[in-house]
Amino acid sequence: MKEILTPDTVLSDMIDINYSLLQVVSRIGLDLKYSGLKISEACTRSGIDPNTFLLICKVYSSNEYVPSKTDIAHGNISDIIRYLRGSHLYYTGAALSYLEASFDRLIAPCERRRREVIRKFCTDYKEELVKHFAYEEEVVFPYVESILEGSRAGDYSIAQFEEHHGNVEEKLEDMKNIVMKYLPAECDNSGKISVLLSIYHLQDDLRRHTYVENEILVPMVLNLENYGK
Amino acid sequence: MVLIIPSEIVARGLKSILEESREFLVEENLYDCSRSGKARLRNIDPDVVVIDPAVLDFHGRKEGRNIIGEVCDSAVVALEGPAVNEDILRQYDGAFSLYDEHSLIIRKIRNAIDSRQVEPGPESGELSAREKEILVCVAQGMLNKEIADKFNLSIYTVISHRKNITRKTGIKTVAGLTVYALLNNLIDTGSVQ
Repeated sequence: MKEILTPDTVLSDMIDINYSLLQVVSRIGLDLKYSGLKISEACTRSGIDPNTFLLICKVYSSNEYVPSKTDIAHGNISDIIRYLRGSHLYYTGAALSYLEASFDRLIAPCERRRREVIRKFCTDYKEELVKHFAYEEEVVFPYVESILEGSRAGDYSIAQFEEHHGNVEEKLEDMKNIVMKYLPAECDNSGKISVLLSIYHLQDDLRRHTYVENEILVPMVLNLENYGK
Repeated sequence: MVLIIPSEIVARGLKSILEESREFLVEENLYDCSRSGKARLRNIDPDVVVIDPAVLDFHGRKEGRNIIGEVCDSAVVALEGPAVNEDILRQYDGAFSLYDEHSLIIRKIRNAIDSRQVEPGPESGELSAREKEILVCVAQGMLNKEIADKFNLSIYTVISHRKNITRKTGIKTVAGLTVYALLNNLIDTGSVQ
């Protein structure tokens, strides 16, 4: 197959071949009015570095992709952060609300007290995720931006982020198993399937998101900390 | 049953007490954990090993449970004594003191064996009675150490039960296990915070 993730591919062709990349387009803030242009052109006009955009697209298109040192060295940190912020917005807004709503519909027929306990599991997970993102938004990103501006703030370093970057997947995995195997008979099958589809989708998405954080953002910031821009 | 006890007096005394109960048969005392001792252990593959951790050097005492675990799949019961502290004893499936009553010694060994019956029936997915009890404690927010104390088990055993619970149910987190316990009527909604 011809390589599609190149600066010379027309943006709409890329989307046509792999529409899941629409998520990246939206989160990094590429305007669709440029979809008729080559990726390099569309990015430049939206104020985004084309290589960085393609870097994230590669993470979303393949499970085996490992960015090279050169890919990392040529990426633009601000654009990575822009994407991560957009991604957080999507999770805390659309994705989690949708999951919560379909979950609610699914367990509606359950006895009240049971419903409350199951529901609490879901809302606790949501809160945990929101807290996880908030830490990145309030501590990590401002720190990175402060180095970019040349005024490294405080005694934080990206190594601490690596240490504290907790696992947000375990509970989602549990939720998946509960829905698939253990819900009472009064919960209907099509409801289960719709919840499972959104869990799998979120899980896959979070995995790639975390990959961008750990394997792209962290090494980029390490370079920055060690050698300056 | 196999003993690993350096003192002939203790070993013989224990053998006679245990065999009086007609519940256990002491096949051999290995005296120490040498290479030939381990080879012998592998051959006999007993249900229970009673070990005096003093046969192991200081670093080995904590690992003692694992050293035997590598050789055979027995329950391992430790002898309390000056060579061991509570931390060390927790690694084992059970422990007793030379000053315990006969009946207590036998009960403690029996408990240790029961606690080892956690090895999965081939992928049945069904939780054992003990696993259910432990699951309920986990769902109520008890820590491993509290659970170990409650059932008179080692932490090691509690952890292996918890691993099996997670493997069978596919659920890892305490929150998830609580929901599982509730949906399977192991706890009622009133006992969940």
